[in-house]
Amino acid sequence: MLKKLALGVLLLALCGLAMAAEWNLQPAASKIAEDIHGLHEWVMALVTFIFVGVFGFMFWSIYAHRKSVGHKAANFHENVAVEVAWTVVPLIILVVIAWPVTKTVIAQKDTSNADITIKVTGIQWKWGYDYLKGEGEGISFISTLATPRDQIEGRAPKGEHYLLEVDNEMVVPVGKKVRVLTTAADVIHSWWVPAFGAKQDAIPGFVRDLWFKAKKTGTFRSQCVELCGKDHGFMPIVVRVVSADDYTGWVAAQKKIAAAVADDPNRSYGLDELKARGEKVYAANCVGCHQATGKGVPRAFPALDGSKLVRGPKNEQLALVLNGKPGTAMAAFGKQLSDLELAAVVTFTRNAWSNRAGEAIQPSEVKALRK
Amino acid sequence: MSAVLDNHGHAHDPRDHHGGYGGIMRWVTTTNHKDIGTLYLWFSLIMFMVGGVMALVIRAELFQPGLQIVDPDFFNQMTTMHGLIMVFGAIMPAFVGFANWQIPMMIGAPDMAFARMNNWSFWILPFAASLLVLSFFMPGGAPGVGWTLYAPLTVQMGIGMDLTIFAVHLLGMSSIMGSINILTTILNMRAPGMTLMRMPMFVWTWLITAYLLVATMPVLAGAVTMTLSDRHFGTSFFNAAGGGDPVLYQHIFWFFGHPEVYIIALPAFGVISQVIPAFSRKPLFGYASMVSATTGIAILSFIVWAHHMYTAGMPVAGQLFFMYATLLIAVPTGVKVFNWLATMWHGSLTFETPMLFALGFLFLFTLGGFTGLVLSLVPVDIQLHDTYYVVAHFHYVMVAGALFAAFAGVYFWLPKWIGRMYDETLAKWHFWLTMIFFNVTFFVQHFAGLAGMPRRIPDYPLMFETWNKISSIGAFGFGFAQLLFLYVVLKAIRSGEKAPARPWEGADSIDWTMLPTPAPYHTFETPPVIEEGP
Repeated sequence: MLKKLALGVLLLALCGLAMAAEWNLQPAASKIAEDIHGLHEWVMALVTFIFVGVFGFMFWSIYAHRKSVGHKAANFHENVAVEVAWTVVPLIILVVIAWPVTKTVIAQKDTSNADITIKVTGIQWKWGYDYLKGEGEGISFISTLATPRDQIEGRAPKGEHYLLEVDNEMVVPVGKKVRVLTTAADVIHSWWVPAFGAKQDAIPGFVRDLWFKAKKTGTFRSQCVELCGKDHGFMPIVVRVVSADDYTGWVAAQKKIAAAVADDPNRSYGLDELKARGEKVYAANCVGCHQATGKGVPRAFPALDGSKLVRGPKNEQLALVLNGKPGTAMAAFGKQLSDLELAAVVTFTRNAWSNRAGEAIQPSEVKALRK
Repeated sequence: MSAVLDNHGHAHDPRDHHGGYGGIMRWVTTTNHKDIGTLYLWFSLIMFMVGGVMALVIRAELFQPGLQIVDPDFFNQMTTMHGLIMVFGAIMPAFVGFANWQIPMMIGAPDMAFARMNNWSFWILPFAASLLVLSFFMPGGAPGVGWTLYAPLTVQMGIGMDLTIFAVHLLGMSSIMGSINILTTILNMRAPGMTLMRMPMFVWTWLITAYLLVATMPVLAGAVTMTLSDRHFGTSFFNAAGGGDPVLYQHIFWFFGHPEVYIIALPAFGVISQVIPAFSRKPLFGYASMVSATTGIAILSFIVWAHHMYTAGMPVAGQLFFMYATLLIAVPTGVKVFNWLATMWHGSLTFETPMLFALGFLFLFTLGGFTGLVLSLVPVDIQLHDTYYVVAHFHYVMVAGALFAAFAGVYFWLPKWIGRMYDETLAKWHFWLTMIFFNVTFFVQHFAGLAGMPRRIPDYPLMFETWNKISSIGAFGFGFAQLLFLYVVLKAIRSGEKAPARPWEGADSIDWTMLPTPAPYHTFETPPVIEEGP
């Protein structure tokens, strides 16, 4: 009795759990995602039906044809009619399954006549967005994880959108066909928004595409889904779908910000100003490997604190940061960061921890090295 | 029957038994198929434990969100090595071990065709495994690229990647030699009257598996050699900047990788096809259709590889072709499941541990087959690709499929090998704990995957926490249950009850009917004459 009660409570608890936790596909926000949900539910119903039927047979055998109840073994081992039936019937079921799926496959591949085209670039470990065509053309930004290190390392309570928040969200208008071109700068990544049923690997040196048309406004979150090295789990994708008016407003604001923050490469900056800016750049781009302590990870990622290179001539360090180190995780940041950001982060590393260069590097010096 | 028993009655000269060596040198120099089978099985068990510990490191880190135990780099190394070690170190050698022990005894041959090469195919393995483990101690550690070793991430790795590539070369050589040996043995060394269509189903499945291995292992060797050359010799097979294509690697890898799934599954089907008739006391239903279904699966396995790559980007015609081909595999697989069920139908069933594992296999493997059907559909796969749904799916096929079949095989054949019975009560405990904890671990991963949790991440958003907690608890239960397996095997070897000549009354292949238990060191030195088949 007690055992039964305990079992009952356990089952109830499990049911409650299943209600509390997310256990099914995320709510669909596009026609394709709705189709995928429909297909999934239909196929699941079908296979559950077959599963119950087939294993009903097994459990009936286990129940009725036991030796312990005195069942004597029959000796049949062939039956052409039955064998033909269980080959042909599944074949027919498969055709029934394949037909509606084929229609969705064709619709999902049709990326023609897009209203807006956006190029998404996978970079270790962030996403670059370039608005190529349609309203917002020319907008370009990099989208990096916004969750603080303290939350990841357990020194601060985790926020609601832990690991699913970025500094710059991709913004698109509702009800417009958006074509996304995916590519990558280093290794293969994969861009995915479950609510749109849209996933495409981002392959370095190649451009692939997908499309989606959001049916409702809102913020849709996801993550990179192809193992891309150390911080694969830390490069979220956030898409904010807004009304057409809000989108126009966002585009205008982006253009204004771009004009305002366009750093004047000829301006000269003070050491503290550069260090402060550099610390932020470091936290967003470098800390994953070289660590907040600047000590790196032994045998995997070199230390910057006390490093020969960082304490050596500044142009050598700048060149490495600009061009990266082929064959390692050290990316060519020249493509990702502005002259000011590069000057700032290099200045920061040369003046942080026990490094004491005491000298500021100006954006103009970076610009000169780029040639 | 005792008249044909090969009792090996002449004087016991130890030289005759172990080639004149004792102790460790017996095992190093042995050319006896039974010794080599034993070596394979112990090697596989050790690798199973090593890979299992790695799985537990992964599950411990995933017990709660945030980074607690390992850093992301080491986490990636764990997922990579867990996969490689389990596939190449644990599961494949286990079935080669079964093949070594059983094939000669099942077809009436005195040993394997190439006895010395057999020794070599085994002894390559410990070196390959050492290379894999050594890679952890190289600068940068072991590669953290996933067991699929996708380019161009592999190009970024340290010297541990090269060790892994060499390990894969060695494992491939071992497999190819083992397969050639099995093919030659089956095709040339059958006893008079043992026609192909009289062979036990286990031998049939291995005959077909060996062809798959010979055809695909060189492809894998090619893929990793191209990676090696991209890393060190300035080629650009997988580098777009030099005219190559990273996706080319995936095509080559999966051209090996999909048949590999059946290289693992087919011998498992073979074991199940021996166990179910034995405990149903009824001949295997549809022997001929089993043979054709196995062949059909093997042939189809070569034209479905790109279903692992729906999201890599391919033309719509490609997606449809690979989807239809993949759906087709359900037909011969279904035939096998129906045949097993029909074998049980109106049998006289008993449920000793081998049968329990076979039934567990049948139930859970079919479940994994159904999620495979779900994943074969392009739009649904695009949603679920690289999520935990896929992780759950292939563990249902690999663990509840291959591993359960391996357990069934060990419990079934152990009395024949060592002449002692295992402890039935403890073995049943092993089954039930394994069965329950397996499902606790992996069933919930379907939900995490549906909700959108990517694979191979060391940390995850809060909404996946419940499933990961349950899964981690299950994983530790599963892990500890396997220590019980080790105990049951050791106990049987040390102090098990003496096995009767035919412990399973329904087992009727010639290893049971024509040989004493335990099987003597040399068997069928004079070929038996086979008058009837299954």
